[in-house]
Amino acid sequence: MRVQICEAPFDPWAALQAYQEERRDDLGSFGATAVFVGTMRDFNEGAEVECMTLEHYPGMTEKEVARIVEQANLRWQIIDTLVVHRIGDIYPTDPIVLAAVWSTHRGDALDSCRHIMEALKSRAPFWKKESRAGSGRWVERNTSGYKAS
Amino acid sequence: MSIRVRFFAGLRERLGRAETEVSADEGLTVQGVWEMTAGGEPLPASVLTALNHEYVDADRSVHDGDEVAFFPPVTGGQR
Repeated sequence: MRVQICEAPFDPWAALQAYQEERRDDLGSFGATAVFVGTMRDFNEGAEVECMTLEHYPGMTEKEVARIVEQANLRWQIIDTLVVHRIGDIYPTDPIVLAAVWSTHRGDALDSCRHIMEALKSRAPFWKKESRAGSGRWVERNTSGYKAS
Repeated sequence: MSIRVRFFAGLRERLGRAETEVSADEGLTVQGVWEMTAGGEPLPASVLTALNHEYVDADRSVHDGDEVAFFPPVTGGQR
């Protein structure tokens, strides 16, 4: 498992490929890789967002994400997990988060990847501040993950 | 005993401080740490509390050298 907090922009696909190359011997005979990439949109609640600043709690963030992954390991058959999360100033179209799970089967890979993302959003100590027209506003809560009907 | 206290995000801005240290006798709880550091405001129900990098309830006792943190609901990941 690797949990990485990134202060600079990162390429999730390059990170994924590099990790898989590096861990090839340990990944063994994996048959499924589930990947989630979260990207910054340019609109939120009808207003244009120019920039977003992500603050975190150094030390606790890494431990909390590791606890989330360890709990997922108890529930699903997981071979390995990579989580990368941006902090700092983020602009529209910048990747924010990568969660990748290697498993033997697609069910375990997909379900655990979804679980890790949902748990990360509700438990990992990150906070978003959106800037628009020169003023900043803290985001108070996350959305459910599905488009509101 | 000495406790390191940290505040994050909107709460840090509202209280005007990122961190402080309190000296107290044994028997203090996380709630008590808040009361000593937040300027008389009751602990809001929405504020999350952590002790040594792990979520705890506010009635948890603190000990010498501990780090206590108070912060708003978290908003990581992608919206």
